[in-house]
Amino acid sequence: MVRLSEHDGKAVLARAGLAVPEGRLCATADEVRAAAEALGGRVVVKAQAFTTKRKDQGGIVFADDAAAAGAAAETILAGPLGEHGVRVEGALAIADEVYASILIDDAARSPMLLYSTRGGTGIEEVADETPDAVSRTPLSMDTGLDEATATAAVEAAGGEAEPALITALGRLWEAWRGCEARTLEVNPLVKLEDGSWAACDCRATVDDYAVFRHDELGIEIARESDRPPTDLERIGWAAERDDYRGTFFFLELSPDYDADAPVVAFHGTGGGGAMMSMDAAIARGLTPANFIDTSGNPPASKVYRAARLALAQGPVVGYFGSGSGVASQEQFHVARGLVKAFREVGLSIPVVMRLGGNAEDLAVEILETHCADLPAPVEGYRKTDTPAHIAERMETLIEEGPYGDGPAGSLARASQEPERPTESPNQTRFATLTGEVVLDHAACLECEAKPCLTSCVPQILTEQDGVPVLNIDEADAARGGCTECLACEVECAHTGNHGGTVFLPMAGLAAAAQVTT
Amino acid sequence: MSILVDEHSKVLVQGITGREGRARARLMRGYGTNVVAGVTPGKGGQEVEGVPVYSAVVEAVEACGGLDASVLFIPAPLVKGGAIEAIEAGVPFLVIVPDRVPVHDVLEIAAAAEANGARFLGPNTLGILSVGKAVLGMIGGRAESAREWFRPGPVGICSRSGGITSSIGFYLGQQGVGATTLCHVGGDPVVGVDHPAAVLQFQDDPDTKAIVMFGEIGGTQEERVADLIATGRVTKPLIAYVGGKAAKEGTRFSHAGAIIEGGRGTHEGKVTALAEAGATVVDDFGDLPVATAKVLERSGIPLAYDSATRTS
Repeated sequence: MVRLSEHDGKAVLARAGLAVPEGRLCATADEVRAAAEALGGRVVVKAQAFTTKRKDQGGIVFADDAAAAGAAAETILAGPLGEHGVRVEGALAIADEVYASILIDDAARSPMLLYSTRGGTGIEEVADETPDAVSRTPLSMDTGLDEATATAAVEAAGGEAEPALITALGRLWEAWRGCEARTLEVNPLVKLEDGSWAACDCRATVDDYAVFRHDELGIEIARESDRPPTDLERIGWAAERDDYRGTFFFLELSPDYDADAPVVAFHGTGGGGAMMSMDAAIARGLTPANFIDTSGNPPASKVYRAARLALAQGPVVGYFGSGSGVASQEQFHVARGLVKAFREVGLSIPVVMRLGGNAEDLAVEILETHCADLPAPVEGYRKTDTPAHIAERMETLIEEGPYGDGPAGSLARASQEPERPTESPNQTRFATLTGEVVLDHAACLECEAKPCLTSCVPQILTEQDGVPVLNIDEADAARGGCTECLACEVECAHTGNHGGTVFLPMAGLAAAAQVTT
Repeated sequence: MSILVDEHSKVLVQGITGREGRARARLMRGYGTNVVAGVTPGKGGQEVEGVPVYSAVVEAVEACGGLDASVLFIPAPLVKGGAIEAIEAGVPFLVIVPDRVPVHDVLEIAAAAEANGARFLGPNTLGILSVGKAVLGMIGGRAESAREWFRPGPVGICSRSGGITSSIGFYLGQQGVGATTLCHVGGDPVVGVDHPAAVLQFQDDPDTKAIVMFGEIGGTQEERVADLIATGRVTKPLIAYVGGKAAKEGTRFSHAGAIIEGGRGTHEGKVTALAEAGATVVDDFGDLPVATAKVLERSGIPLAYDSATRTS
């Protein structure tokens, strides 16, 4: 789920017809002064940080005029709550305050209205101190907060179900549905002196799986995070967003590279297996630099991009990979993705990778034999090897190092962006879903075995005049007919011939790695 | 016996003409699943892997004289329409494999299922496998792998992680322990058949003598299972592991649906609730097989079944 700032949440409420105070989002104190001037009268300056109890931390300040608003903004923007700017809005003349939120009850598999006559304070406290002032009402997806339901909910909390309030609650439901929220909380929902109701605050989280149909929310990366995405995460998200095949998730954990605990790249497969493997790594004293999950039968190209990102994030001293251990997917795709990444980087840090699951023997063989000439050891493991065991191996291999030019050398090479092979007439060249395949005829003519043909998983290549050519329409190949299994590059390179290249661009990698290092 | 599916279940595959649906239909049949029909709108009259394809679920139901289950391999944005179509056509059990189904869609599916007395597994599930009988979804991948990895026995397995579902089945087998059914309850925050529902199914299945559960941080499923044990509704021994001990609060780990919200759903809270209710909770995932074998031996239950010891 993705959190919305108060400002964005209020835009959602306003679109559904629930009144919110007029306000503007400002990044500087000057903008705040101008906004306060334009609003006129008493204003409130509110930090847009994703935190509770903003008021106690000095993140909500009332100001009688533009000068005072500017001064308040200067303090907030310079402090820990200032990162996402401030919202300036007109102060309201409040007659009454209530609490209302719509959330999902996972046990009942239905939405629920949480309502209280006591607005303005934390709902947990209210529920503790005055449970009778809180009502919980299961809602139907069909009828939602219709008049009868809203009235009953308000009365159950001991409130007065006045028509304007019932209308406001109906609009809260429309807003919840409209943006496909997980949780939409208005605290307080206030009654103004003229008897109308408005949302004074808004905390919303929307469903990341539904963001694709909500351009109006302007969400850059549809994922829960307590900070803006890093540059490497943006590159990861681009790979995830544009490729429907399998899951790809990359999250930086920003470890302390100078601490004593060894910092390793972490490559998981499958949410639960990844989490369990991370527990095993941490229990062994390793610090994960990141969290990666490539699962759900992803193409080798996705695994490759994940590995390149993990290696570019900082001077990691090892590469630790493990999932559930008994994967239903064909694991040699994972192996080939890793081999391409590790070879490109000329890896000089040790690798332990648990490849248990279907075709695990082939996967381990590909990983180990194709990386045998790298400076650092690369070890593949099967389903009978436990995460605890490979964590121990990781520790041992790190202690036995350094290898070649070590972590710094790996990082420097990993920070180079993949380069597009130059075009020449004697090539087989075709686009894939996310890249390009280039087969160099000069090398191909030297090659008798043609591993590119035999190992191609979708079998889309054929031999013509001694060189491999595409055997399906170029358009079909670009639409996914080429599954980016990477065999034509990886298996060719293993013969020492280097006639095949699968170019998988990662725009911005060099710049992002620079920022990180 | 087994839960929710066996070799007699008449199974529909929605999205059977797609890349994934076609491949999975073949693999499911390879394991013994009775796949009797497929549905893809507009493609009625075709055949896939010898299975007749219909354009609408209601046509498939009529042609087959009723269906017991449907497995959905269709793109996430289309899942709601396909699932509700199947529910309204009278299919009593759905396996919703796709990842990234919007949660509001899941709530609508849940409402339709409730209204029609149907159940659904998932979304974001690897599926369910009754050992030696049938698989719905993709547990095990290749049929020969599934046959090699999982052996029949007295343990019901449920997990919030797909890969871990297979792992538990395999590692128990290594320990000589067999299973009735392996059930991946799905990785999303809102799912149909959740841990409490699966555990109740196992409780009521005469061949299941013990339950192994892989829990995760986030949500209330594990706490509700603890309640079922504490209130005496579930009496069979339950052995559990809860993943995500190291997870940072507020960080969501992938599609695991693992999020800690407002003090609920923490690792510690779940472990404590289960242990206090009387479940065996292991601290290390690797300890599950031995712990399970010990529980079975203590209760005098055979670790695995051959055909002679089965009650059905």
